[in-house]
Amino acid sequence: MIEINSLEKSFGNFTALSNISLSIAEGSVTALIGPSGSGKSTLLRCINLLEIPKAGSITLGGDIIHFSSERTPRHIEILALRRRTGMIFQNFQLFPHLTVLQNVMEGLTSVQKWTKAKAKERASELLLKVGLAHKENAWPSELSGGQQQRVAIARALAQSPQILLCDEPTSALDPELALEVVAVLRKLATEGITMLIATHDLRLAASIAKTVVFLDNGRIVEQGTPQEIFSKPTQERTIAFVSALSNTPGVDHWQI
Amino acid sequence: MQTWLLLKDSFWPLLAAGLRFTVPLAVFSFGAGLLLGFGLALLRIFGGKPLSAAAKFFVWFFRGTPLLVQLFIIFYGLPAVGILLDALPAAIIGFTLNVGAYSSETIRAALRSIPKGQWEAAYSLGMSWSQSMRRIILPQAIRVATPSLSNSFISLVKDTSLAAAITVPEMFQIAQRISAATYEPLILYLEAAFIYLIFCSILSALQTRLERKLDRHISSVGQQP
Repeated sequence: MIEINSLEKSFGNFTALSNISLSIAEGSVTALIGPSGSGKSTLLRCINLLEIPKAGSITLGGDIIHFSSERTPRHIEILALRRRTGMIFQNFQLFPHLTVLQNVMEGLTSVQKWTKAKAKERASELLLKVGLAHKENAWPSELSGGQQQRVAIARALAQSPQILLCDEPTSALDPELALEVVAVLRKLATEGITMLIATHDLRLAASIAKTVVFLDNGRIVEQGTPQEIFSKPTQERTIAFVSALSNTPGVDHWQI
Repeated sequence: MQTWLLLKDSFWPLLAAGLRFTVPLAVFSFGAGLLLGFGLALLRIFGGKPLSAAAKFFVWFFRGTPLLVQLFIIFYGLPAVGILLDALPAAIIGFTLNVGAYSSETIRAALRSIPKGQWEAAYSLGMSWSQSMRRIILPQAIRVATPSLSNSFISLVKDTSLAAAITVPEMFQIAQRISAATYEPLILYLEAAFIYLIFCSILSALQTRLERKLDRHISSVGQQP
């Protein structure tokens, strides 16, 4: 269970997030949709403290961190929170100088201080789960984009995070490669991995998420089930956004 | 015949001076210079205004003045203010400061060439700044910096001949001494040049091997992952 309460974030005079409150049940998948610049990425980055929020609080697994302008969280709190969240980036960000297996092992050996043998076993298991057991010894540069993103998913899962934060996981991929990543995320969803996914991919949002949250101008405009948001949105802003997305030529019809 | 005899008799003293002074002087100064350069690069990138300005001043001074003049200041000049150094330590200090200034720019550029996303990926795993630097950023930056740092090292090996001017009995000074005694400057200096060439050729070969090892994760030349 992760609880975000009245979160605020600004960059200079620009308000990136305003009064964001969101509760994500354990084992559920939430999709964050909204136009570019609406604050989706910023929200994800605030949850694992790549950005430090200005105000509000985050509760993860019973531990609460408060933010205010007077108090920046302590280094140790930041590291502790990051160890319990996994992050998937739009551009994968695998470590190019490490093999696929070493990429997945890295957090286990250097952060969790596991022995190499134990970390290797766990990493192999995860690579099997994302369908890349045969690529253990490959370099990231030898993989397709879809394969790189699947390795990134395995890397993020290695430390058994309480939530997987996915920042546009399929945006850098062509539709076919995006499908293999969606398939892996769907499989994780059925296994009860808690996920928060920022995405423009309505198929991804509709087919995996239990809840869809529409963000605009740093505010939550509307949230509900995929049916509610995509078929009968109530807010004008949501209606405009959803119809623009579904009328875009080349965007497939999504199935709910 | 006379020439061959001279070459034969002078080769070992020259090589010995090279191995006893030139090589240690270069290796030691380069190692210490790299550490200094890394420190200066960190100050430039992460140090905040005053520290960054101090590092910049240091680089400005040591890049903008001749190495020979710096060695003279350290060895002949500093005794005037009570700092008396033997020739070898004075040379090592001079070379170290110089390597530090030059390599700091290379290292700074290499560190900055690693995308911000790599830091974020490391942080997102819960790694601290120093873990991220050591395990993720530095190994990639070293690959970027290697060709340029190898250049500096090869230059340094040759620059150690300047230490002759502050009485360090390194290879070039031995060549000067023998040539003064035998009146054969052409042979002696060509011979010294040849030994420098051997040293630098060995370094070039090592550089090639090192680069091949560091590049092994790049699938083909010209392609970045």
